[in-house]
Amino acid sequence: MKGWYIEKGPESDVVMSSRVRLARNFKDYPFPFKMNMEEGEKVIKRVKDAVLNSSTATCDYEFIDMLNMEPIDKQILVEKHLISPNLMAGRVACGAIISKDEKVSIMINEEDHLRIQCLFSGLQLDKAWELCDKVDSLLEENIDYSFSEKFGYLTCCPTNLGTGIRASAMLHLPALTMTGYIRGMLEICGKLGIAVRGIYGENSEALGNLFQISNQITLGQSEEEIINNITNIGNQIINQERMLRAEMYKQNPSRFEDKIYRSLGILSNARIISSEESFKLISDVRLGVDMGIIKNIDSTKLNEILLNIQPANLQKNFDKILSPDDRDIKRAEMIREKLS
Amino acid sequence: MLCQNCQKRVANIQYTQIVNNNKHVMYLCEQCAREEGKFISGSPLSINDFFSGMMGFSVRPSVTEQQLICDKCGMSYEEFKKVGKLGCENCYKVYGDKLMPILKRLHGNIQYNGKLPKRVSENVKVSKEIDALKEQLNIAIKSEEYEKAAEIRDKIRALEKNSV
Repeated sequence: MKGWYIEKGPESDVVMSSRVRLARNFKDYPFPFKMNMEEGEKVIKRVKDAVLNSSTATCDYEFIDMLNMEPIDKQILVEKHLISPNLMAGRVACGAIISKDEKVSIMINEEDHLRIQCLFSGLQLDKAWELCDKVDSLLEENIDYSFSEKFGYLTCCPTNLGTGIRASAMLHLPALTMTGYIRGMLEICGKLGIAVRGIYGENSEALGNLFQISNQITLGQSEEEIINNITNIGNQIINQERMLRAEMYKQNPSRFEDKIYRSLGILSNARIISSEESFKLISDVRLGVDMGIIKNIDSTKLNEILLNIQPANLQKNFDKILSPDDRDIKRAEMIREKLS
Repeated sequence: MLCQNCQKRVANIQYTQIVNNNKHVMYLCEQCAREEGKFISGSPLSINDFFSGMMGFSVRPSVTEQQLICDKCGMSYEEFKKVGKLGCENCYKVYGDKLMPILKRLHGNIQYNGKLPKRVSENVKVSKEIDALKEQLNIAIKSEEYEKAAEIRDKIRALEKNSV
């Protein structure tokens, strides 16, 4: 285990992780969906040269060639949020450069030539931006970016044009969800130009009460303004969530604790469990841990379980392809083992 | 009908695969479909689908619009309209005017205000300085301060010389 999973950043009782990503393109090359194989390979080589041979790079990096990779290994990287599903399905030569500590990941030939992303635990968007900025400047020493004074960094999709920045925070919001106040929050975020979506699961349903908030606007505001905006809104949501948690507990402590301990009971004893049910129960247990009700489990342990219940990681752990039925059995086995 | 994969849950997704002209249909439940990565392409409705509508494309494009094509990557007007993405940096020059309405709607303010690449930042600084001086020059001329105007003019010339 590496990266944000095993760390506890600020406000980690509500915010699981912070991510900043920058979209960048090479000058004089068509964008990836218009590229041929040869151009794709050239771009990869130039990024590799710029990062791996740089004397000023601050951490250890490793190149991952997506074309020669097993699908399950790609899926593992997606489940860890180190690459996007889009890169996994990439058609031209594509790859990723990932730092050994898994904080920095540079996707090559995704929708844009470069997607630089930094992942931190807790609410640390400023730190993530700082590191992204550094990596970006390092690349820029050797790469001529596609840039216009009028539009800023030119991107394949106009939604990323300008700063090319997407700042997002992953929030655990069980109290807001249970009380139904989440709907009002979603509405307000929409009005403020902030996108909210569930992290796992399809459509509007957010599995495990996990939500991601991110900026929609990339042009006209500076990177710092965007980072501050998301951080401020994040802080307000955190306060709301904490207040509601305390209020719910106060209203009926026994009922509150009962719900949490029942979920813990199922997780530590079940013999068959779907990923959907595990997400739900882990959310309850996390709430108990973060509120100090459950004391002998650490929230980083729950992060570890959350990663390992997903199909690719689960199968990799048991080192074989599992049918969905077998997965539910092995998933229960893995969770029991981690919680014992 | 039960999901053909897990045989447990109700199948509510039809997954059609065409391999070498052979059509293969599978009926899956949502969970299996997700776990098997059968809808990897992400959300069925992408933002790009909305673009053509937002860009205010005319139903019957004019002849000049139909002939628009990017000379660098070959992106045609039709394709641009359909995918809502640009093919290369040159497309921003070719389709820039058509993009303005959508950029305004997406971002509100469309004056770039972010990080400058180091190599660009020097040039931008100078060109901003020149713009400011030109404004001062206009004011000086209007108020008939010709000596001051000459001074400013020389400064502009010096800056322009250096930046080239």
